[in-house]
Amino acid sequence: MKRTREKVPVIDSDIHNNLPSGDALAPYLSDRWRKHHETIGGRGHSGGSYPRAMPNAARHDSWPPSGLPPGADLPFMQEQLLDAWDIEYGILNPLMGAGGQLNLEYGAALARALNDWQIEEWVKPEPRLRASVVVPYEDGELAAQEIDRRGGDSGFVQVLLIARTAEPLGRRKYWKMYEAAVRNDLPIGIHFGGSGGYPISGAGWPSYYIEDHGGMPQAFQAQVISLVCEGVFEHFPTLKFALIEGGFAWLPPLMWRLDQSWKKLREEVPDLKRLPSEYIREHFWLSSQPVEEPPKREYFDLLLEQLNAREKLMFATDYPHWDFDAPDRALPTNLAPDVRRRIMADNARELYRL
Amino acid sequence: MGTWDTKPSFVRSDWPLIDCDIHNTVPSLETLYPYLPDYWCDYCRESAFGGPEMGDYPKGAATTALPDTTPPSDGPAGSDLELLRDQTLDFWEAEYGLLTCAYRVQTVHNEDLAATLASATNDWQVEHWLEPEPRLRASLVVPSQNPPLAAREIERLGNHPGFVQVTLPVRSLIPYGNRHYDPIYEAAVRHNLAIGIQYGGAPGIPPSPSGWFSTYLEEYAGMGQVFQAQVISLVAEGAFDRFPDLRVALIEGGFTWMPSVMWRIDKEWRGLRHNTPWVKRLPSEYMREHMRLTLQPMDAPPEPKELLRMIGQLDSDEMLMFSTDYPHWQFDSPEEALPIGLPESLTKKILAENARAFYRL
Amino acid sequence: MAKHVVATVDEIPPGERKIVELEGRSLGVFNIDGEFYALRNSCPHQGGPLCKGRLTGFLESDAPGEYRYTRKGEVLRCVWHGWEFDIKTGQSWWNPERMRVKSYKVDVEDGATVTSGLEKGPYTAETYRVTIEQQYVVVEIA
Repeated sequence: MKRTREKVPVIDSDIHNNLPSGDALAPYLSDRWRKHHETIGGRGHSGGSYPRAMPNAARHDSWPPSGLPPGADLPFMQEQLLDAWDIEYGILNPLMGAGGQLNLEYGAALARALNDWQIEEWVKPEPRLRASVVVPYEDGELAAQEIDRRGGDSGFVQVLLIARTAEPLGRRKYWKMYEAAVRNDLPIGIHFGGSGGYPISGAGWPSYYIEDHGGMPQAFQAQVISLVCEGVFEHFPTLKFALIEGGFAWLPPLMWRLDQSWKKLREEVPDLKRLPSEYIREHFWLSSQPVEEPPKREYFDLLLEQLNAREKLMFATDYPHWDFDAPDRALPTNLAPDVRRRIMADNARELYRL
Repeated sequence: MGTWDTKPSFVRSDWPLIDCDIHNTVPSLETLYPYLPDYWCDYCRESAFGGPEMGDYPKGAATTALPDTTPPSDGPAGSDLELLRDQTLDFWEAEYGLLTCAYRVQTVHNEDLAATLASATNDWQVEHWLEPEPRLRASLVVPSQNPPLAAREIERLGNHPGFVQVTLPVRSLIPYGNRHYDPIYEAAVRHNLAIGIQYGGAPGIPPSPSGWFSTYLEEYAGMGQVFQAQVISLVAEGAFDRFPDLRVALIEGGFTWMPSVMWRIDKEWRGLRHNTPWVKRLPSEYMREHMRLTLQPMDAPPEPKELLRMIGQLDSDEMLMFSTDYPHWQFDSPEEALPIGLPESLTKKILAENARAFYRL
Repeated sequence: MAKHVVATVDEIPPGERKIVELEGRSLGVFNIDGEFYALRNSCPHQGGPLCKGRLTGFLESDAPGEYRYTRKGEVLRCVWHGWEFDIKTGQSWWNPERMRVKSYKVDVEDGATVTSGLEKGPYTAETYRVTIEQQYVVVEIA
């Protein structure tokens, strides 16, 4: 089914490619880590089980006829996503948990394998796709090594982190990774998900998937606060972040709260030279999905204005996940044409240099 | 009062005013000794226990205390009735002032000690605050880490006419929508008490899903997202379905984030309703019906007109309640305590009528 | 009004569905315990291919922690965002009065009726060779 209603170019800033099977990475792992991969396998922070409402959190119609898991079958993804919506470029964000590994060396090996796999099996065969450098982000040094190893490849357009980390991302242990991102001229994407070893809210472990899924903006808020207040952007003035799959309506109130708080408490953070919101406006981009759906259109318009969505919001489908946003229907149809064009493609084109 | 000479324009004899967030501060553990049983007095002395962790408001942080709120007696800001009366009730000509004592007995892992400290704090509140000053209303401090013990304290004092709510710190080990807390809610509803969730707490887990912040500024600004977790939990886990009379005030957490949570969770619910089938209406409807937010600190956009639009996005005139957050420093002139340009009907609701209805004053 | 022959009865067993194109629109035809229903294959939310969604039951609750699961197989969950619809009425669960997907009248008719209808109208059966021995699922588009 070809959807032709959408006339502006579309860049999808959040696509999830998946491994066809557990041993698909074997050819990309060294003997030492292949053995580990097969015997011990992944060990992350445990104790965060929220059975999802849908298997693989996937669209019911995204299971390919080939029998592979959703997102693992390139021809099917081409047909169901790239061709159906005439997508010009798609950014791959593989979520295989490499960054959350407790065994950091294994995490680094997994990241290397995933990055090589992405280029060989996705970007080379499909020129519309671009990849994200998966890194073992809980160790800044190892993450920097991986960014330096692959960051020069034009197939990669960003470094990929996950929102729930062991420490807030402004903390020093992550800075070597930022140095490497700057050195390789790559923005950093922070994507929905993860498990940092603590309850998934500052109020403790909730009970239901809707709280896990709907509560994710809390992790994004923590990361924005930390990155700004720790002075990351004073130290790395060219560093850019994309907040992916976190929604966006929470950002303006956070900017106001941060600005108000900073005015009173700025002595504690002498490195900050400007209002927190100024750093945020300069350094953060946001992906659109899941689009908040206010009950009135005027609320949405005000939100876009407050966010400077014309410059900073980037359309995403989140394919093949269950809360897929469609390119022609996710945003109100009567947006100003230039705003629409920028959100649907040009903001991502500029950030990712496509 | 010392800092402020002129009263704001909205303090008028024909506009009642209720201040929903005034912190009365326990000056020191010794203050509570007269209210503690012998054994626990000796326990505190012998163990050199200094009282619960009080990291929520660092002593010298600008947000913690307005200039001139430190009493002549040299206790902490908010510990002296005379000064507090002068600077809050008299200055704002308040009909009522609601005390929101932030003595964090919830941080004491010894639950028996926590319960004893809570009882002592509440007895101290009756004797030193409620009895001498009829305009004050107070919040019961309870050991919420042990709901049956907390419920016992509500049973003990819940009928006292001075107490209008039970206060819980927003940071918790288990989110407040969980059935774990049912004894507290059951007792609160039975005694016609609201639940006041207030800034702070120290449950031993980080204040964010992504770990511990380095600075107080981050923790302070980041508390909004903990409130959001509690809002989502209370609705999704069915607290209002189990207790249709449950009323929850969100105190000192900001409010301009509330519409974004409503939109997001409404959207989630349309697709994940079957995950929590007892939630039969849009989550935002539960929020509007059962929840109120105090005004300060205002996480307000710089433009007054934009703030009015944000208030409009609550889609309710009932949700905001006036507060000064005394003795915390949240605004630089009294006129700033209220959003500028509110229509008169909404002004009156925010100043007093919403609180009157919510707290049944 | 046009009546479209979309399948033989045997072709859509109970619990199954068939997606068909009629008059330029996509429809899902469902068999629930021998009764047939048809819905527009487009979610009123964002236009997702609703009829390709998971079939499930009605989950209700009298109190938190209690689950009452009935009418298994009569609820369709959209492939995008998971909105639930009652296949028998097209009504959404969360807003049954105002948010619904168009449903169509479906009948089972025997081969003789269909054959005579095809000659005189209003029946159409582009892809079927209709025989008198079979029973057919017929969707009416007003």
